[in-house]
Amino acid sequence: MGEGPTGEMHSVFGYYFDLALRSLRRNNALTALMVLAIALGIGASMTTLTVLHVLSGDPLPGRSGSLYYPQLDPRDGHGYVPGKVEPMDQLTWIDGMNLLQAKRADRQALMTGGDVAVQPDNSTLDPFYEDTRFTTTGFFPMFGVLFEYGHAWGDAEDEAHARVAVISSRFNDKVFGGGDSTGKTLRLDGAAFRIVGVTGDWHPNPNFYDLNRKSYNEDEGVFIPLSTSQDLSMAHDGSVNCWGNGGAGQAPDHDSPCAWMQLWVQLDSPAEVAAYKEFLVHYSEQQRALGRFQRSPNVRLRSVMQWLDYQQVVPDDVRLQTGLAFGFLLVCLVNTVGLMLAKFLRRAGELGVRRALGASRRALFAQLLVESGVVGLIGGVGGLLLALVGLWLVRRQPAEYAPLAHLDPLMLLATFLLALGASLLAGLLPAWRACQVTPALQLKSN
Amino acid sequence: MELRPIFSTLRRHKTTAWLLILEIALTCAIVCNAVFLIGQRLQRMDLPSGIAEHELVQIQLGPIGKNADAKAQSATDLAALRQIAGVRQAAMTNQMPFSCCSDSTGSIMLDPHQQQGTAQVAEFMGGAGLLSTLGAELVEGRDFQPSEYVDFDAAVQALHDGNARGLPQEIILTRGLAERLWPGQEALGRTVYFGDALPFRVIGVVASLARPKQLEQGVQYSAVLPIRMTVADGSSYILRTAPQDREAILKAAVAKLKQLDPNRVVLVKRTYDDARREYFAGDRAMAGILVGVILALLTVTALGIVGLASFWVGQRRRTIGVRRALGATRGDILHYFQAENFLLASFGIALGMVLAYGINLFLMLHYELPRLPGIYFPVGALVLWGIGQLAVLGPALRAANVPPVVATRSV
Repeated sequence: MGEGPTGEMHSVFGYYFDLALRSLRRNNALTALMVLAIALGIGASMTTLTVLHVLSGDPLPGRSGSLYYPQLDPRDGHGYVPGKVEPMDQLTWIDGMNLLQAKRADRQALMTGGDVAVQPDNSTLDPFYEDTRFTTTGFFPMFGVLFEYGHAWGDAEDEAHARVAVISSRFNDKVFGGGDSTGKTLRLDGAAFRIVGVTGDWHPNPNFYDLNRKSYNEDEGVFIPLSTSQDLSMAHDGSVNCWGNGGAGQAPDHDSPCAWMQLWVQLDSPAEVAAYKEFLVHYSEQQRALGRFQRSPNVRLRSVMQWLDYQQVVPDDVRLQTGLAFGFLLVCLVNTVGLMLAKFLRRAGELGVRRALGASRRALFAQLLVESGVVGLIGGVGGLLLALVGLWLVRRQPAEYAPLAHLDPLMLLATFLLALGASLLAGLLPAWRACQVTPALQLKSN
Repeated sequence: MELRPIFSTLRRHKTTAWLLILEIALTCAIVCNAVFLIGQRLQRMDLPSGIAEHELVQIQLGPIGKNADAKAQSATDLAALRQIAGVRQAAMTNQMPFSCCSDSTGSIMLDPHQQQGTAQVAEFMGGAGLLSTLGAELVEGRDFQPSEYVDFDAAVQALHDGNARGLPQEIILTRGLAERLWPGQEALGRTVYFGDALPFRVIGVVASLARPKQLEQGVQYSAVLPIRMTVADGSSYILRTAPQDREAILKAAVAKLKQLDPNRVVLVKRTYDDARREYFAGDRAMAGILVGVILALLTVTALGIVGLASFWVGQRRRTIGVRRALGATRGDILHYFQAENFLLASFGIALGMVLAYGINLFLMLHYELPRLPGIYFPVGALVLWGIGQLAVLGPALRAANVPPVVATRSV
């Protein structure tokens, strides 16, 4: 290099300036790429995680722990392998009534789903069918149903087969235009019912007490006494499981070998749970002695969350989507680690100078981690926006749970923690590698 | 192209190279499985129903209160529906292939003393003309004769009383079910059993009739029973018409039914195509999501390759300049970066195949999926090689444009 020191300095300076400009421009794109990758990964993961969180939530927080679902096995010997066969998912009418009347739990309710024709009085509304719950009165206090107006019916009405009904506030708005509708008359399947209560904001999701219709976003508009529904042969809606020569039409027979009832009981202590389970075994033995049951006692007593888990209420597709999204996040993270490493190593010279000027390795490491944290934070904000878009897209999907897909504060916090954690994790390796620069070597190479 | 210099360069950038390989591997594994899942969904959406799909409309009515004579009313309704111009055939059925909500199934047995049923079978029930209205093709035997039909309420009562004589004696099976029960043998004339040893004689076999739901039990495991349904049993009217007349017929039929008895609610009115589309809506949505994920993954990976390759090109400007000064052509430099990317992609793809296989095993365990067919591996490899080459082209071209003079300037 035959040039003098001054000329060389000038050309090197010019070259560095040029390089710096290029690098800055390139780094801009690189930074944007990292932010985009993190945002996409976080957005996808948080969308699916929120859906999973909403769908696997507790339908009745604070109450679900003491609610149990008794199951019996009244089937004949066909296909019975002791210890291998789960009992039936529902109860027969006879068993349901026997367990209900035994009153061995603190509270209990026997119920099933129905489909009932509603004939509104106001002529602007055509008759329509409404999802209805046929239940004994225990339903309301046991499940903590909130009332906007009026109250539930009582044991007396159950026994008297009274024509009384509780309606939901949505149904009240639709048929009566809202307001206190207690005392008004409602025509169901051609019979007149007196409204005694209007429920308030009470929407358990999943619809744990009867998963036969819709697991999510089921919105029953009418509740009437079980006894009354049977007097009027109202149409049952849900699943009917028969064995032997069982068969059923719209309103199953009370003595046919078919299971179509749900019983829920409230048991407030572990001792009560054990005692109730004991009772179910005794009941099965007794029924077997009577010749009604043919299998040895095969009972279960699942809590709400155990029941939801056993029924695999969260759709497979949702779990698959969550796995997919986290796979995607992983790829985005690996991508970010690579880009971050490239970005940091590019600045090896600058870092070497800082080291030579006395900055400790720890100080450099911290500086780089802060930088990756900032990338993560910006990516997290982007991810949050993308998750909101993603959830909006989920709500437009044809799934029954779609309307439930909303972000709650917990998931909002989780989004930021995930973004920050992910990008710090992604920054760890590159920062560590970049800090390995030997100050002298970097200075020498320049 | 000599690979040795590429290897020695990569050895000096081990961490970055491994990260790129890992990213390609993960992408490859996820894309292979996602494409496979899409294939599964499309296959499901494409399942044959065995009926004249584009010619059918369905109407389900709900009575208000007790109906004194649902049988007579259903007969009147059917007669009136057949009068509508354009309606070729009309019948009642308790269920349709691939449609939501109600379905009736039974455990079929070959021997009255069998402990476990041989298959869980979808039971189609309906009065005269059901098979021909649906357009299910009878390939063996005959359709039911008028004397063989039993009313639904009478059948339920007979079942309840354990009176086998009050039940139908004949049954028609799908070819798929017959093949499952008696592989390679004649099905006609044989007897199957339902419930507590109730016998039914096989008088006909239809080519295909898919079940309404629970497809995992065997899509084609369906049977038809000669049981007359009524509106009160939750059954539907189905009408067969020319494809272009469906909407008009649907409207006319609903109007006619309302006119015959206004005191009832229309629960369902749709063309069969709509019913089927609704049934598979979830699969279509899932396939869409999977396509989105694949595109996003490939984009992120491609951008990652562009980013890293650009970084490498920038870092090696001087080396490139020296090589150019020493006589390497632009093509040599271009090919160098292309070969480097090919090499990294190949490592990634090899690792990705192993991962893809592992993910597939996991999915098989948890989601009842079949094994990933071998064809997905070479296809996945081609896609990733292609993406890699496409992504590296820009930076490689920039590298090829580095002038030899850089070698002299930067020292």
